Amino acid sequence: MHTNFTPEEHDFEQEVQAFFKDKYPDDIKQKQDRAIPLLKEDFIRWQKVLYEQGWAAINWPVEYGGTGWSTVQKYIFANEMAKANAPAIVPFGLGMVGPVIYTYGNEEQKQRFLPDIAASNVWWCQGYSEPGSGSDLASLKTRADRDGNEYIVNGTKTWTTLGQMADWIFCLLRTSSDVARKQEGISFILVDMKTPGVTVRPIITIEGGHEVNEVHFEDVRVPLNNLIGEEGKGWTYGKVLLQHERTSIAGVARSEYRLNRLKDKIRNADKAQPSLQGDNSFLRKIAALEIELKALEYTELRTLAAVSVGNAPGPESSLLKIRGTEIQQRLDELFMEAAGYFSLPYVPDQYSLESNETMHVGFGSDTVSSLQYFNNRKASIYGGSNEIQKNIIAKHVLGL
Amino acid sequence: MDFSITEEQSALKDVISRFIDNEYDFERRMKIADGETAFNHEVWNFFVEQGFTAILFSEEDGGLDGGAVEMMLIMKEIGRGLMLEPFLENIVLAGGVLKRLGTTKQKEQWLGEIINGEIQATVAFTEPQSRFNLNDISTTAKKQNNQFIINGKKSFVPNGADADLIIMPARTSGSQSDTHGITLFGVSKESDGLSFNTYKTVDGHSATEITITNVKITADCVIGNIDEGYDCLEETIDEATLAICAEAIGIMRSLHDKTVEYSKNRVQFGIPIGGFQALQHRMVDNLMACEQSESLLLWAVMTDAKNTKNLKKAISGLKYQIGTAGKHVGQEAVQLHGGMGISWELDIAHLFKRLSALEILFGNADFHLQRFIDLSDS
Repeated sequence: MHTNFTPEEHDFEQEVQAFFKDKYPDDIKQKQDRAIPLLKEDFIRWQKVLYEQGWAAINWPVEYGGTGWSTVQKYIFANEMAKANAPAIVPFGLGMVGPVIYTYGNEEQKQRFLPDIAASNVWWCQGYSEPGSGSDLASLKTRADRDGNEYIVNGTKTWTTLGQMADWIFCLLRTSSDVARKQEGISFILVDMKTPGVTVRPIITIEGGHEVNEVHFEDVRVPLNNLIGEEGKGWTYGKVLLQHERTSIAGVARSEYRLNRLKDKIRNADKAQPSLQGDNSFLRKIAALEIELKALEYTELRTLAAVSVGNAPGPESSLLKIRGTEIQQRLDELFMEAAGYFSLPYVPDQYSLESNETMHVGFGSDTVSSLQYFNNRKASIYGGSNEIQKNIIAKHVLGL
Repeated sequence: MDFSITEEQSALKDVISRFIDNEYDFERRMKIADGETAFNHEVWNFFVEQGFTAILFSEEDGGLDGGAVEMMLIMKEIGRGLMLEPFLENIVLAGGVLKRLGTTKQKEQWLGEIINGEIQATVAFTEPQSRFNLNDISTTAKKQNNQFIINGKKSFVPNGADADLIIMPARTSGSQSDTHGITLFGVSKESDGLSFNTYKTVDGHSATEITITNVKITADCVIGNIDEGYDCLEETIDEATLAICAEAIGIMRSLHDKTVEYSKNRVQFGIPIGGFQALQHRMVDNLMACEQSESLLLWAVMTDAKNTKNLKKAISGLKYQIGTAGKHVGQEAVQLHGGMGISWELDIAHLFKRLSALEILFGNADFHLQRFIDLSDS
């Protein structure tokens, strides 16, 4: 029983560190470090750097352009990525629809879609939730009715993250209502966002940002060969994808990075900002969080170890999602608490690389702390709310 | 990275696990707890015969070269079985001091006798005023010719009634809370001037208050150097803390499993109560508390013991977790069992009580959270 790396894993770690040091674009790094929102082109440029290195499709099998890494290698990579504060890979293409296509798609679909996903040539978004189907996702009503060699899609998807940037959307659509269980009759279908009848409308979230959207479908004609796998089996495919999503949204390494930033902030408080170093009640909150996060790190390692001997991430990924998002939100709270009054200015426009930080109201990262806090209340809601995760654990782990 | 245990470790776990399932059921445990003696000597002999008493010591010291993983496996089972036998006191505490600082002669004699089951032993690590501070020692040892005269009081000495050998820290110099100036003495229970007040504890175990009046100890019973016993005492208590955290996790898992099982069978309003979402989510919280605790246990077990600061930090982090998560799981298990949860007849009550005692033993959650902070780089 040990958590040591092999010599090869150590070499790999150094290789990854060197990569982030040399290849991570400096202007993107500055934006990340100063909490300036990234543009679509920033994400794409960064993901293409990863692609050139052969490190974009981390979880994919080698035959589709994946890395073929072991779970330990993936763990090392995620850690180094967090330590470098590099942007996380936008999950919709590489993390979500890609695996569904190479697992359930036919040969033609694999060749048509996978290369562009791997190279970040095409931006994807996710069409799952609907205005009437949140936690009860299987109650979704957006229809895909067969008409010759096409589906006609009608309905509305919502909470579509970065849909305003997307070229394609993967959807769970109802292809049959004549079913015994509502989980049946749902199909996994890919839709080109440029198809006539697709409209994207922004939803402004609590902190004032535009991250999510409503996507409306009005008589949208989609070729039948955009159906992935079997008609009516989409629920099963979508569920597999959600389990992958849940492990990745635990964000352990990134929370560790943020925790260290918070500790640095307290240690290096300058004259302009009062020090929290002597505030023991605050230090106790940080320590309690650090312990909880350390526990989650080992829970993740235990899950990875199980996966590396051939077990798929199962319901235990729900545990990672719950605790991971709780910890992220706790960090958000503590950053805002630490910022005090400086968390209150609402001046989102002041953040750009060109603007001089000394001209800002307050301190960049301090004013952003409140926006982050408000925005990230989403973490315990998306990916299947934490209450839904508890239902899953109760049913599949506890057998209730 | 490897979370698996070896075949030998797995076999060790199986032996003790089978023993509990076949010969140490709850009924027998309660008989032992209610009996005249603090624990069952036949069961202790089983520990000796199986080599459990030797496992944590080096081959050189007559042991089997086991380590933290073996200790964890044994203690988890002791927790699950609510065992009363003094593995912690003999092996982890007294044995822990002797393996670290004992002279060859002291090891041959005392450690050998502990391993063989010929003597019982313990460490008197706390005094009435010291709460969880190991360095707060007002018991004094004054040198007089070739011997020491000890005076003072030790409170809450587990296995104190049976211990033939009581390892006592006493102050040979410095003031009450100095870490320097603490010396460890091996004291025979037959020594003139010792008086014992033994009592049962809420968890079915027992402990003893020892008053020490002009007890004369010869110099060859000093363990380690004069004035320099503190580090060994702290390391030993840390190892014991790790041990009882494993015990606590054995108990927490047992409480959790029994609660889930109960909820599947207990019918109210026409359905098993496990069908109610409000209760399901609480049981999921319990499961997560168990898993997160297990993860920290593994962290502490796998922390390189050579990095003493990291190890201390890991153990305090773990004990904080056990203090908070253990309390949560224990209280919830009782609550979900309803009236049955507070009846003496059911094992739930006794698992909860032992868990509650372990939350206090060697420092509660507050104490260890502060220690975790103090050990962090500032």
